[in-house]
Amino acid sequence: MAALLAAPAAKAGLLFPEAGGSPNADSIKTLYIMVFILALFIFVGVEATLLWALFKFKAKKGRTAAQIHGNTKLEIGWTVGAFVILIFITVFTFIQLPSIKNPPRSLIDENGNPVANVENVQYAATNQSAPDGPSMTIEVNGQQYVWRYLYPGNDRLLTYTDMVVPVGMTVLLDITADDVAHSWWIPKLGGKMDAVPGYTNKLWFRIPPDAIPEGESQVVYTGQCAELCGRNHANMYGRVIGMRMEDYKRWYAEKVQQVKTAETNVTEQQKQLNEQQSAGGEN
Amino acid sequence: MADQTMVGRPQIIARAIDDPDKTRGWTSWFTTTDHKKIGIMYLATVLVFFVLGGVEALLIRTQLAVPDNTLLTPERYNQILTMHGTTMVFLVIVPVWAGFANYLLPLMIGARDVAFPRLNAWSYWMYLFGGLALYGSMLFSPPEAGWFSYVPLSLKQYSGTNGQEAWIYMVHLTGLSSIIGAINFIATIHNMRAPGMGWGRMPLFVWTILIYAYLVIVALTSLAATVTMLLLDRNFGTGFFDPSQGGSALLWQHLFWFFGHPEVYILVLPAFGVFSEILPVFARKPIFGYKAIAAATVGIAFLGMLVWAHHMFATPMSTTVLAFFMLMSFVIAVPTGVKIFNWIATLWRGTVEWTTALLYCVGGIATFTMGGITGIFLAVFPIDWQLTDTYFVVAHFHYTAFGASAFAMVAALYFWWPKMTGRMLSEPLGKLGFALMFIGFHMTFLIQHSAGLSGMPRRIYEYSDESWTVYNFISTIGAFMIALSVAVTIFGVVWSLKRGAIAGPDPWKANTLEWFTPSPPPENNFDVIPRVRSVEPMKDIRREIEQRTNAEQRYRSGQPLMR
Repeated sequence: MAALLAAPAAKAGLLFPEAGGSPNADSIKTLYIMVFILALFIFVGVEATLLWALFKFKAKKGRTAAQIHGNTKLEIGWTVGAFVILIFITVFTFIQLPSIKNPPRSLIDENGNPVANVENVQYAATNQSAPDGPSMTIEVNGQQYVWRYLYPGNDRLLTYTDMVVPVGMTVLLDITADDVAHSWWIPKLGGKMDAVPGYTNKLWFRIPPDAIPEGESQVVYTGQCAELCGRNHANMYGRVIGMRMEDYKRWYAEKVQQVKTAETNVTEQQKQLNEQQSAGGEN
Repeated sequence: MADQTMVGRPQIIARAIDDPDKTRGWTSWFTTTDHKKIGIMYLATVLVFFVLGGVEALLIRTQLAVPDNTLLTPERYNQILTMHGTTMVFLVIVPVWAGFANYLLPLMIGARDVAFPRLNAWSYWMYLFGGLALYGSMLFSPPEAGWFSYVPLSLKQYSGTNGQEAWIYMVHLTGLSSIIGAINFIATIHNMRAPGMGWGRMPLFVWTILIYAYLVIVALTSLAATVTMLLLDRNFGTGFFDPSQGGSALLWQHLFWFFGHPEVYILVLPAFGVFSEILPVFARKPIFGYKAIAAATVGIAFLGMLVWAHHMFATPMSTTVLAFFMLMSFVIAVPTGVKIFNWIATLWRGTVEWTTALLYCVGGIATFTMGGITGIFLAVFPIDWQLTDTYFVVAHFHYTAFGASAFAMVAALYFWWPKMTGRMLSEPLGKLGFALMFIGFHMTFLIQHSAGLSGMPRRIYEYSDESWTVYNFISTIGAFMIALSVAVTIFGVVWSLKRGAIAGPDPWKANTLEWFTPSPPPENNFDVIPRVRSVEPMKDIRREIEQRTNAEQRYRSGQPLMR
């Protein structure tokens, strides 16, 4: 069983969903593989029996058809059998569910230092709970045809398309939309959640600290809008860029500075324009 | 002796027809209330829309064959995608069963027509006009918000053209057509069955049409209200769905899928009925577990009304709701599985004749089984979070809707064509068509699961990710194989009209009453309606005739009659 679970890792995409960027994506994949193995047995069993019946009982001279109308025991048997398999999948789903739905603790603190692993903390099993310790909430807003991200903090930094986050930090997403319905999805970071105007949807991810390749400063995960949102739906991309905490802080500070400079420039230009216009009016 | 076996029941004899112009010539088609002619008109119209929807599918597949293709503009692509889905659901698969049911249902239950023949003609014309209303928009600006027209995208602010109105108009017209048709079927089945045909002796196709009709009444009335709300929002200033006016965008999704999932079973239950009729004929065995199959049909229909939100697992919902719809979706797999097991058991220990109709049935069951299994993946909502709105879903619903409905459609065509026209379709052409269809179908859609798993969302008009190219290219080749198969079938149909072998009343030695009539049946269907003594009345009649013929031969040759 373990070998079966491990072997397909290389074939993600052909037979299995993408994963590797966040624990919830990994849990979904585990759940998927479990269902896949069960489904494979059922599929092969049913199709083989069907084909066998088709070939084995092909009409031939001298063969007569058995005039059977049914078999109550057999019918009860396969009805119960189907139920048992589904109950098994249900139980397994609910075992896996908390690790997919509830955001875990961050692996780092606010300063980027690793914290002790306390994965066995229990979270409320109803709706998505807030994790203990530090986390970061980003508001994701879908608009025709771009994703906008609002970062936490008083700077109210906004970026478009590219979301930059520190690796190891649990990132909570509040997903909504301004115009039509969109769907946020970065396959390697877990499932998708619809961005519906008037509603806030929840999702989370936590990029493992070792996801950044040796000698590089960032790791990039790509995805695109998954709900038909208009003519340019195909070009509504989203990227999540994971950086080490110190890099992230530097990026954040730079970005805030850039925005401030740009704003100052705009204000000055406006002032100049206004002066020119009023000067022109006097002439 | 004859009186005992074929008791005519007292009823009003149909009017004698002395004016041949009333039954022949092209005007007879416009004015007819004969369920058989109406059935044929349904099927002919369906064929036209099926070809149109197929051409749209080929355009989609051609556009996606290679990355960054520029064959279609994004606007055109969304229009074609909307037209393809809408056509196949509303103008092909729902009416194809109305067509077959129209033709077969009165014959199968030993009636001379449906309960309300003129309403029946009205149903057909509403369907045709609905289709024309939608396709009329092709000349101006077709709808482009997808076949489920999610709000706010389908609101005036985001879809400004009148294509959306054409779509709403089409839903209303075809919806009325289906609802009136369903009332007609229900009245006919409840009141006009041959003497002796209790609920336990009704053909399984008739069972599925009965349940289909009840589902149509529940689902399409609800949809009519839903699209009316959209019409009001778009044109009359209401705000049911507009979040900026306090409306709810999710309300549309709930209302639409409350129609949409029963709709799925409206599409496939009659297909299941076709499988249940054709398999026993060619296995030369009674259907295995008649009662279980009939009960499973009712069970699927009931549960089918309780699973709609599994189309919406990625919308904001609480875990309780998610879990409820997951469990309901699991439960519905049980009666569906029961049907599949019963079909296999019907073949088991039979003498299976590999006719084209049987091959399409077995191919359909094999394909549908795959669709049912991928449905389990999608029912597990955390897995669905990865898979929904990707090509995995596209593959899944084509395995179910195409696998069951389209395969059953062609199976039904091959099986009942001799009854409708009096001529056989070519078996070699049929088998060629089947091979192309089966291989082409799996080539098109199996690989789409992988495209979805690698992150390709549905409904994108182009992609740049090179790793998706192989999947899409293979899929496109498969789509053209399906088209070739359809061309072969259409050629076979045309050829058969002129040159097909004469069928006779009962070419397959089948089980149900339609084979008791000549092919094609006369306008009044039956001069004498036989008394039904089992699920397979034709088998009884053949046995009866055989015994009587033997008795007569013995009498003539002077042998003793009783041994």
